[in-house]
Amino acid sequence: MSGPLLDVRDLGVEFPTRHGTLRALDGVSFDIAAGEILGLVGESGAGKSLTGAAIIGLLEPPGRVFRGQVLLEGQRIDDLPREAMRRLRGRRIGAIFQDPSTSLDPLYTVGHQLVETLRAHLPLRATQARERAVELLRQTGIPAPETRFGQYPHELSGGMRQRVVIALALAAEPALVIADEPTTALDVAVQAQILRLLREVTQARGAAVMLITHDMGVVAETCDRVAVMYAGRVVEIGPVDEVIRRPAHPYTAGLMASVPSLHDARGRLAQIPGALPRLGEIPSGCAFHPRCPKASPRCSDERPELTLVQRTRAACWWPIADRPFAP
Amino acid sequence: MTSADTPIERPASAASVVVEARGLGRTFTLHTPWTSRLVDRAAPRRIVAVDDVSFTIARGRTLALVGESGCGKSTLARLMVGLDEPTRGSAWVDRADVRATLAGPEDTARALRRRMQMVFQDPYASLNPRWRIGDIVAEPLLEQGLILPAQAPARVDALLASVGLEGLDTRRFPHQFSGGQRQRISLARAISTSPEFLVCDEPTSSLDVSVQAQVLNLLVDLQRERALTCLFISHNLVVVRYVADEVGVMYLGRLVELAPRDELFAAPRHPYTRMLLAAVPDLHGRGRERAPVLGEVPDPLSPPPGCAFHPRCPHANERCRVERPALKPSGAVQVACHAVEEGRL
Repeated sequence: MSGPLLDVRDLGVEFPTRHGTLRALDGVSFDIAAGEILGLVGESGAGKSLTGAAIIGLLEPPGRVFRGQVLLEGQRIDDLPREAMRRLRGRRIGAIFQDPSTSLDPLYTVGHQLVETLRAHLPLRATQARERAVELLRQTGIPAPETRFGQYPHELSGGMRQRVVIALALAAEPALVIADEPTTALDVAVQAQILRLLREVTQARGAAVMLITHDMGVVAETCDRVAVMYAGRVVEIGPVDEVIRRPAHPYTAGLMASVPSLHDARGRLAQIPGALPRLGEIPSGCAFHPRCPKASPRCSDERPELTLVQRTRAACWWPIADRPFAP
Repeated sequence: MTSADTPIERPASAASVVVEARGLGRTFTLHTPWTSRLVDRAAPRRIVAVDDVSFTIARGRTLALVGESGCGKSTLARLMVGLDEPTRGSAWVDRADVRATLAGPEDTARALRRRMQMVFQDPYASLNPRWRIGDIVAEPLLEQGLILPAQAPARVDALLASVGLEGLDTRRFPHQFSGGQRQRISLARAISTSPEFLVCDEPTSSLDVSVQAQVLNLLVDLQRERALTCLFISHNLVVVRYVADEVGVMYLGRLVELAPRDELFAAPRHPYTRMLLAAVPDLHGRGRERAPVLGEVPDPLSPPPGCAFHPRCPHANERCRVERPALKPSGAVQVACHAVEEGRL
């Protein structure tokens, strides 16, 4: 297969309300190659979870895609009928959500849920599905998988539950896994285990991962590339090292500087002035311009598009360039 | 990094100690269905949320308590301000036993309440949604009888200005503000009575990183300006680095390490502290494999015998499995670990 596994082009999502239509996503474009982990970062309300929901066709009404396309393996999936989309989810796209205690059904055993998922998507007999389910539990690092198979979610710890959720997402060998804040509800020690597991099991299968998170540290150690979102748009995208060490967009730079670090000699955190704009009050031009130290009149008039700055692409009229660009 | 600019080793003389926990313990009894009690004669199950915790905080200093969920840090915070009653031990603020004073005569209880305030984790839950911001911030002042109602608007404006919310419309309701603004409003309310002791329970955990930076900086500024004595509760060791003078690490209800900040980050002693530090995801940690972390926090209903950390500890031996280590001084640091004590680590 040539081309990216997932190609999101100029995606726009809007919410019609009594007080007018709110544009929550406006022209989001990125792609993910097979076997690649793309991080989607941003602060609450930037539109990262909404991007995930739009891709897997789980937008809450009245939200709707009003513009753009989503292509999976070269095929458009944003205009699929409901039933076709439902079959695609789970089979070609696996999803992992934040809270493992709400993504599992408390009334069924772990094994029942895995077998049900497997047989819904793959032509397996009951005994085959059972073997496969136990194997999946083993691969996701669950000790004594035969015993765990017959247990209910409440009998497992938070970390074990999230492992089961990962096993469920991977059950039908999807080509793309969308993980929305998969470790946010977990303690930091368990978080490290789950991120490593996610990386290992997806790479072993050559699956692409879209990792939605607000945690830059998680992105730094897990992802290959990262897209930074602000007010419903991607403001910068590029290789993780470049975006973290040499951000071109002033928002990315401010965001990285405000992350507390163990290796930070300063006694004080850097701050971005102001706050994220509300939907419906998104500033004209570059949405970041009221908070930006480098803003000029052009920034409030004209909206910048993503352009190659150095080794990242940034949507900014005055990107931070600390060295001349050499192709 | 040196601790030259922060005189951490300053001896905590009796006069400078403001806040003290003396052997604090809190046990919760779980409800057992009456059928099980009757049929199985099941004993009531107990969770030891806080177990024999002692520390002091000198005037104007910040002690941070860190640990994973369920380690008892929030319960401890509640015990320190008298929101909950200890099963054992006592909490002291300026030589007053908190629980005894609050249960005592109304005027001394009220005076103590004025001097202790708390900021909670979730600014969406800690502000009454049906109250206007102005009323929320003025309430402690009016309740304490520190101002007349006519003086309230001016005081509220001044308090809001001191948390970076100049010119805020005080007639608005909490839902009209963002999470960061709400946490600033909570802070304005907490400092309104000019308390000496401020307890912050995960004050930035529900905030975005750029907002967290704003609120943490504000907290440090307020603490310095007003010489507040702070107890700062967090699950995040990295955040603690920016606010604390001393750090206590908790595991399953007990303090396992208590150390000056720079000591703790430069040379963590307890294996659990080391594990927590190694597990922190770091922006500049690419290529660095996080140390593999073993297992998860055990069920507090059936904590392991001996050192509660031994099932996850790479240095555990037979003694660790049977004998519970006590918190003992080791230089400027206090550690509860047999391996450290025996010099195995």
